[in-house]
Amino acid sequence: MPLNEEQIERYSRHILLQQVGGKGQEKILNARILIIGAGGLGSPAAYYLAAAGVGTLGIVDSDNVELSNLQRQVLHFTPDVDRPKVISAEEKLKSLNPDVTVKTYNSRVTAENITGLIKDYDFIIEATDNFTAKFLINDACVFNGKPFSQAGVLRFMGQTMTHLPGSACYRCVFDSPPPRGSVPTCSEAGVLGPIPGTIGCIQATEALKYFLGTGQLLTNRILMMDTLSMEFTTVDINRNPDCPICGENPSILELKEYEQPVCQVEGTEETKQR
Amino acid sequence: MRVIINGKEEYIDKERLTVSELLKEKKVEMPETVSVQLNSSFVRRNDFNSTFIKENDKVDFLYFMGGGG
Repeated sequence: MPLNEEQIERYSRHILLQQVGGKGQEKILNARILIIGAGGLGSPAAYYLAAAGVGTLGIVDSDNVELSNLQRQVLHFTPDVDRPKVISAEEKLKSLNPDVTVKTYNSRVTAENITGLIKDYDFIIEATDNFTAKFLINDACVFNGKPFSQAGVLRFMGQTMTHLPGSACYRCVFDSPPPRGSVPTCSEAGVLGPIPGTIGCIQATEALKYFLGTGQLLTNRILMMDTLSMEFTTVDINRNPDCPICGENPSILELKEYEQPVCQVEGTEETKQR
Repeated sequence: MRVIINGKEEYIDKERLTVSELLKEKKVEMPETVSVQLNSSFVRRNDFNSTFIKENDKVDFLYFMGGGG
């Protein structure tokens, strides 16, 4: 569908870009993106993708907003505490851009539901806070040939990579979740608010580049950001022949949730999957 | 010995060392939390003790980062 007058004005700064133009904006308006996690990474990713006019945005999260989320999860406001994150997210995104169809899934991703969740989307944004979900999303996207952006943050650091069918996957780098308690979570070790903000924006950029077919995606490399030294480094990675899911002799043949590798303390943030 | 770690030139005061020894040298306390690429190929975790780093090798340390919520 050609852009109407209001859309030409709303997206004028995109349309001015040689790599976008009216055609590129139409591609964005037809894009279907699923964001798994409406937290620190998911908030900026969702805002910018909604602002960009992504046609359908799916948001998956089973949590309610907590006061300790507000330092970084900018989708949620103080009056949203105790409300479901997907409802809070939907309100903000629809108000930002009525062009966008927001679909909400108030649930966690599981081995049983993930294939159905990602089926109707063309690009997935992994914005969760735990290794169980990160590995499950990788495995489901690899099995189903879905492109996705993966990311992680901690303290003053963040990293992100993009996977397209055939490129190195998360398990090429990290074959399985780290031992329980060996890697601290943000709720144990903290995270500076703008860190997931920055990395989530990079994830949104990668998604838009994917639909526009422009530039070089973060495939077969990892971007590592250390904001204390304010250094951004990309490390080239190759597909790993020993990868348990996309290597030469894969040992993972079906979806499974791997044991929660972090220390589990009832009632704290890291026991819940976003 | 000159090695390139995560794209940066570094000098290690040793003639020869294993991946495990390099991890210790760089103060990586828990090797199970890091993936290592040597000259663009991943080193199996079980081979960290038997894989040697040579002059001018390119080594990448990749750390788990689980946060995001």
